[in-house]
Amino acid sequence: MMGLFQSLFTKTFAHGIHPPTSKGQTHQLPIRRMPFSDLITVPLSQHFGAPSKPLVHKGQEVVRGEPIAEADGFMSVPMHAPVTGVVVGVELTPTAKGPKTEAIIIKTHPSASQKVMYGSEYDWQNANAEDLIHEIQNTGMVGLGGAGFPSHVKMQVPEDHQIDTLVINGCECEPYLTTDHRLMLEMTDSLLLGIRIALKICGAKKAIIGIEDNKMDAVAAIRERLDKSDPISVGVVKTKYPQGSEKLLITALLGREVPSGGLPFQVGVVVNNVATLAQLGELIPERQGLIERVVTIAGPGVAKPGNYMVPLGTPLRFALEHAGYFGDASRLVLGGPMMGNTAASLDVPITKPVSGILVLEPTESNSEQQKIYPCIHCSHCLEACPVNLNPSQLGRLAAKREYEVMASQYHLNDCFECGSCSYVCPSNIPLVQYFRIAKSVNRERSS
Amino acid sequence: MSSFESMLIAASFMGGLGLLLAIVLAYANRRLFVFEDPRIDEVDEMLPHSNCGACGTPGCRPFAEKLIDGSVTPGQCTVNSSEMNIAIADFLGVDVGNIEKQVARLACAGGSHVAYTRASYEGLKTCRAAALVSGGGKGCTWACLGLGDCEVSCDFDAIHLNKFGLPIVDVDKCTACGDCVEVCPKSLFSLEPVSRRLWVACKSLDNADEAEADCDVTCNACGRCAADAPEGLITIKNNLAVVDYDKNDLSSRVAIERCPTGAIVWLDEVNGPVKGVGAKKVIRREPLPRG
Repeated sequence: MMGLFQSLFTKTFAHGIHPPTSKGQTHQLPIRRMPFSDLITVPLSQHFGAPSKPLVHKGQEVVRGEPIAEADGFMSVPMHAPVTGVVVGVELTPTAKGPKTEAIIIKTHPSASQKVMYGSEYDWQNANAEDLIHEIQNTGMVGLGGAGFPSHVKMQVPEDHQIDTLVINGCECEPYLTTDHRLMLEMTDSLLLGIRIALKICGAKKAIIGIEDNKMDAVAAIRERLDKSDPISVGVVKTKYPQGSEKLLITALLGREVPSGGLPFQVGVVVNNVATLAQLGELIPERQGLIERVVTIAGPGVAKPGNYMVPLGTPLRFALEHAGYFGDASRLVLGGPMMGNTAASLDVPITKPVSGILVLEPTESNSEQQKIYPCIHCSHCLEACPVNLNPSQLGRLAAKREYEVMASQYHLNDCFECGSCSYVCPSNIPLVQYFRIAKSVNRERSS
Repeated sequence: MSSFESMLIAASFMGGLGLLLAIVLAYANRRLFVFEDPRIDEVDEMLPHSNCGACGTPGCRPFAEKLIDGSVTPGQCTVNSSEMNIAIADFLGVDVGNIEKQVARLACAGGSHVAYTRASYEGLKTCRAAALVSGGGKGCTWACLGLGDCEVSCDFDAIHLNKFGLPIVDVDKCTACGDCVEVCPKSLFSLEPVSRRLWVACKSLDNADEAEADCDVTCNACGRCAADAPEGLITIKNNLAVVDYDKNDLSSRVAIERCPTGAIVWLDEVNGPVKGVGAKKVIRREPLPRG
């Protein structure tokens, strides 16, 4: 009764879906460190924006934490060596997205201590916002929630906008993933330090950490460290997918709506992921670079699921073998099962935005469940779409390849591909796949 | 009032109304008349009405209008037969404009019997959808995915997938409309004049061993074709042989003879793509296993 009462008053957004959370496998397992693989592959384009420019050459020895590539302009980030070793070369390597891109390949020194030698003390409390943004770029930080958008660009607010609230995204609404949950429990102090740094940069008066109500232990852990006068507070939101979308989180916590095609700063908000800020809280005071991240390895195909601190650039094969992957033909997903990318090769490296590796059961092709039936106009997709689009109508236009009409009249570009429409469709229509095709064709035509 | 009278009134009213509207229409027809060259209709009749857009205009009627004002030549219509284009030229008293026939060429030879597939793709059976899922699962990320978006897009029935999932262009039917060029997510098609006989059927930028691990007919950048061809005709750029078609007159079959994989071919008018004698023979006739 109390639970029902509470759920009526828990904040959330309209629509959305309730997929099984499937987090039981890993949400109680503490973060463990993964050993270093023999070869580390650091792609030069792990982020949104211009690829980094390599600073090292073949045969050069690098120390863990050393910058190995520099940012190419403001919309780019540097890369740091995840291991102490020797550079084997700068070569084309496969990526999870598909096309091969250039990457720095490092052979790990088996006997090195792997201590981070680079870095110096930094007095962030007496630095101004401009310097801090520069320091954030130097860490190579990108949004660790999955988008890979450079963090310093996100915090650089245009001068004619005032930020009043910093929203920290700890929802982790994707099934299976538990990295943010564990970070909030185990790296609470770093997280709060990162939030204070971000508050200083944005000039915001308060910060709200949005956490779904299935992670009340994390809520308690953070609240324990905050007193009443603290500008940081915790906002509990309903467990619902896709609550972790930044625009929907703003709506849930503050009741503000980011305009179509707009960005959060237009309503006075900057949103950052908990993983991003927890890492920043560790890196900024030491002036170090991003060289590792927490990854959830889970799913029915691994024997030792868990939350691992993985050196960036670790090949998928190594990480999976460490987690007890059976080696059967399976479905590999990088990220969450709803929005993640399928990986077609075990040779792809783990990059900055990868928050999870899921080994799911292969589905039987051509089974009854896979068959696509005609739309029966049940409007389940309309009730699921969190941004109030009409997926059914969009799907019919996509079948006729009216991609430009979809964008100009039916707000295709507001779709952030959460997949709720495909999830609820009783006719198995691959709606979100249609929309991805439409967007990809439109992008190609406009370029 | 007799029924005859009421009929008369109704008839004269309707007749009068009709007459009035007729006068208005006749006046409007005079007043708003737009002169249109009668030749446009006649030229339009002689065009193929496929509205494919290959000539660069939105359709056949705008092309006919441009023909009349002389900004295009009849030869620019690649769908029409050459006799018909000559007829249009005679009718208008202009030069046909000798445009060389172009055809769509595929820069890949990696059918399922020579190119490895690393992961099996399940989902919508279109190349575009497959390419969005981790590149589609083929070992070579530049390779043709073989799901036939080009075959579907072709309005002229000129592209058909062979049994290895590789699109084969019917040179006679191809009108160079460019639909396949636009639809291919891997950008493997391009429109080439038929006189370009020397053709590199590969786009892989991988280096030798890695390229050959993914595909038997890849260009492995060995450079033999470049060495055998006249100076500057073929260069190796980013691990791929590139033909400089400004020097097309110099091209001959000599360049292909020593290619070890058969990635560079001679597009023979009669026999289609011909590999050199040095190319390894592929006798496999079934798709490669996944791996």
